[in-house]
Amino acid sequence: MRKVLAVLVDNTPGVLVRVAGLFARRGFNIESLAVGTTVDKTVSRITVEVDADNEMLEQVIKQLYKLINVLKVSNLSEFPSVHRELCLIKVQANANNRAEIQQILSSFRAHIIDISHQSVIAEVTGSEDKIEAIISLLQVYGIMEIVRTGKISLMRGSKTVRNGETG
Amino acid sequence: MKISGARMVIEALKKEGVDIIFGYPGGAVLSLYDQLYDSDIRHILTRHEQGAAHAADGYARVTGKPGVVFATSGPGATNLVTGIATAYMDSVPMVLFTGQVATSLIGTDAFQEADITGITYPVTKHNYLVKDVRQLPRVIKEAFHIATTGRFGPVLIDLPKDTQAAEAEFVYPEKVSMVGYNPTYAGHQGQIARAAKLIARAQRPVIYAGGGVVFSGGHEYLLEFAEKTNIPVTTTLMGLTGFPGNHRLSLGMLGMHGTYWANMSMSHADVIIAIGARFDERVTGKVDDFVRDKKIIHIDIDPAEIGKNIRVDIPIVGDARMVLGELLKKAEPLATEAWLSQIEDWKRQGPLCYKQDENGKIAPQYVIEQIYQQTGGNAIITTEVGQHQMWTAQYYRFSRPRSLASSGGLGTMGYGFPASLGAQLGRPDELVFCIAGDGSFLMNSQELATAVAYNIPVKVAIINNGYLGLVRQLQEFFCRRRYIAVDIQSPNFVKLAEAFGAHGLLVEKPGDVAPAIRRAMDINGPVVIDFRVKDDENVFPMVPPSAQISEMIRGAFK
Ligand SMILES: Cc1ncc(C[n+]2csc(CCOP(=O)(O)OP(=O)(O)O)c2C)c(N)n1
Ligand SMILES: [Mg+2]
Repeated sequence: MRKVLAVLVDNTPGVLVRVAGLFARRGFNIESLAVGTTVDKTVSRITVEVDADNEMLEQVIKQLYKLINVLKVSNLSEFPSVHRELCLIKVQANANNRAEIQQILSSFRAHIIDISHQSVIAEVTGSEDKIEAIISLLQVYGIMEIVRTGKISLMRGSKTVRNGETG
Repeated sequence: MKISGARMVIEALKKEGVDIIFGYPGGAVLSLYDQLYDSDIRHILTRHEQGAAHAADGYARVTGKPGVVFATSGPGATNLVTGIATAYMDSVPMVLFTGQVATSLIGTDAFQEADITGITYPVTKHNYLVKDVRQLPRVIKEAFHIATTGRFGPVLIDLPKDTQAAEAEFVYPEKVSMVGYNPTYAGHQGQIARAAKLIARAQRPVIYAGGGVVFSGGHEYLLEFAEKTNIPVTTTLMGLTGFPGNHRLSLGMLGMHGTYWANMSMSHADVIIAIGARFDERVTGKVDDFVRDKKIIHIDIDPAEIGKNIRVDIPIVGDARMVLGELLKKAEPLATEAWLSQIEDWKRQGPLCYKQDENGKIAPQYVIEQIYQQTGGNAIITTEVGQHQMWTAQYYRFSRPRSLASSGGLGTMGYGFPASLGAQLGRPDELVFCIAGDGSFLMNSQELATAVAYNIPVKVAIINNGYLGLVRQLQEFFCRRRYIAVDIQSPNFVKLAEAFGAHGLLVEKPGDVAPAIRRAMDINGPVVIDFRVKDDENVFPMVPPSAQISEMIRGAFK
């Protein structure tokens, strides 16, 4: 089962290696990973998606807490949460089919953010399902390149990882 | 007044009460050593950085104080790695300082550059690369705090040359504040009450004690608790000195080479009280069988240990000593007579035994029993890794906490001899014996030079069986005696010792064993005793890999 963890860490060099290394040593494949600073600039937030059962995940969370630079860990899969991912897709396109592509994108509230004679770049934000759907629709035109940010997530309501439940 | 980073290290070490450093110099720690010149801190120059790390580890295990190490960049730092991993696996407090190339050169494959923080992430409790000298006082304070609190462990501080040279104000912090590090000491009261209730109803309880009891100083509470409740105690290798080996409630060591009765007790128990131990696979055997029909209470300072290897009914996160203190308040005498007499039956059915013919070759177990007899069980013992280590655990009855240093978790050959030097320096008035194998001893025998240079009077008893014995035993049982790469030819150990300037004794007859041990004890200096023992003895009992712990192979003389 895919699970999403939010990990608050000291914003210091090497912290990502420690966290990622821990997942690697326990044999977890990281499905996606996103890192950025928080309101407090000395703290970074790592959102990591892994494939694990509950028992394994509990172990990983305890191991994460053993890292001195880890401040807080939340298993967001246990709370109602919103998840988003940003994806940029470069598609083969020309004057003839550009409009068609535009139409597909707009029905998903996605945009074209760059146009050339042979290609367009689409920007899609949303859930994984939505992104997968668009990718499969664009496949027929010929996808040249894809880049995804990895999932980022927040708990619904006023609860936050800082003051809220830990995993 | 501003002082250099190198000077800060020395000043901080003074504040931490460090009086001895184990190390080896080089270009990247020139200024560190230059500052040491002016200080009263004693420096022990080992002959290999691995020796320095193990010596500091041995020092820490027997004194309870953190071991401190200096080494240069690159090869100096990488030579420490086995020592660091050994300490990490057995939760030994250490602080290691390594030199590093100048910050401007980091990442360029500069001369003697190694990414030692990267290399040691998985084997340190924490580590630091300090690029800004103003951070150094805080970092050193944190390093000592982290190494010596919670579950102990090694912490490494990597110091680029320019950090050592740069100057800043030195104010050593009184306190640390780390949001991400707050070990739990006091156990949860509700859990402790539940545990006490479960214990009160137990019919066949066993206490399973590990290194946590020794490290926390919980041995006295453990003794009181066991005596008050009449619950027998088995220990891990790390926990051997946490409970007196001669006590009526002592079951000795459990696990792969544990006693028959300890393993039978564990496997028939209805309640297991695990204290500062981690249910290693060498202890549990096949896990599903191990947990069947049992309730398990697990007390550990490290929350990540609880539920890691085994399902637990009552987890208690906390310091072994403090939780034992609380349990003691609630302890009631139990009627365990029937259970204890069952255990006595097992003891009679499967005692530890070996044969010593008066005119035959020396039995290795006999040597260890004699070391126990001649020292009255009062020596500090270090071991190498192999059969001799297991026989030591079986035949030497430890009576005092912190009187054994042995590599349990990593099982590092080459640990025992340098560790004995550190142990002797930490406890100068004690008699220190290193029980070694002929294979293991050669892994760090260069430290004989250190022993002689500082006249560190350790006694090294080499149980010389001409084999990498423990591996030979495995090949005997599991590879149909197709012996490969285990038959070892050793140097003349007496001459080797003498070449270094130490004493060497050769013992070939059973009758000479005890006199040689006494003789060594009378010599005020390092001694190597080469005990030529039977070459084909096996360690029994033996739980075959991934079998149930009650399925022991018990050897020839049952
Ligand atoms: C550094 C290292 N390499 C290899 C091993 C694997 N190993 C475990 S015990 C052993 C044999 C040890 O031989 P010796 O020191 O002579 O002890 P004996 O078993 O004969 O008493 C070996 C090779 C190890 N534990 N450590
Ligand atoms: Mg041997």
